Amino acid sequence: MESSRTDRRERFAALARDQLPRLYAIARRLVGDDAEDALQDCLLRGYQRFDQLREDTAGPAWLTSILVNCCRDRGRAKARQPVEVDFDEVDTFSLYRKIAYEDPFPYSDSLHLDFLNEFGPDDVRAVLMDLPELYRLPLMLVYMDGFLAREVAGMLDAPLGTVLARLHRGRKLFEKQLWEYAERSGLLPEDTP
Amino acid sequence: MISCAEAVRQLWEYLDGALGTADHALVEEHLGRCRRCCGELEFAEELRRFLARSAHDDLPDDVMRRLNQTLEDLEP
Repeated sequence: MESSRTDRRERFAALARDQLPRLYAIARRLVGDDAEDALQDCLLRGYQRFDQLREDTAGPAWLTSILVNCCRDRGRAKARQPVEVDFDEVDTFSLYRKIAYEDPFPYSDSLHLDFLNEFGPDDVRAVLMDLPELYRLPLMLVYMDGFLAREVAGMLDAPLGTVLARLHRGRKLFEKQLWEYAERSGLLPEDTP
Repeated sequence: MISCAEAVRQLWEYLDGALGTADHALVEEHLGRCRRCCGELEFAEELRRFLARSAHDDLPDDVMRRLNQTLEDLEP
């Protein structure tokens, strides 16, 4: 009996240990400096519920789902005022056209790539942190962490159609905020209009 | 043929393979004829790579040590 309990703990620890770097990166993008605390919550909650995990191969997605909920709990406790978003403007925004039109690097042969290359990891995290959580979560989990939209729907307990709609708006919002952040933070040459 | 606005609106879903057969064919047909939208498509692919590249975040040694300690301290 004692050895099966120890075995259970060892199996959970082995699963979690492999996932720590990936889970920490997700938590940083969700709750910033509270990432370590959120991940500690996730480890404790995951261990309590370890018996619910049916297959080891589902472990990474299962732990991610728990982490996302721990981060949401922490995020709710510290919720900022929701950002006002004009979706009519967002839906028609194209970063590709904006860069081509504003032409921030007039002597460049690879204008669009040069724009993206201006962003360091901290800049990308800052842009993501400015997105409302509703849109940030699916965008991150699908395009940064490689989950399928239907897996994200399961994690968020939301219908697939809802997740797809949030992904669509999240991408547009991300493009728009990349541009606005670049303007605000001096990533563009000074004479860009 | 669908408009540029309609094609651009569906580009990421097109790349994700999330469009139905008929919509996928309409976007493909548009891309076959519209050079500007091909530029939009290449940029959408680049933005996806940009997001994937940005996923990594270093796990500091002291944080890693504390998390491992939590795992070791779990009650059997």
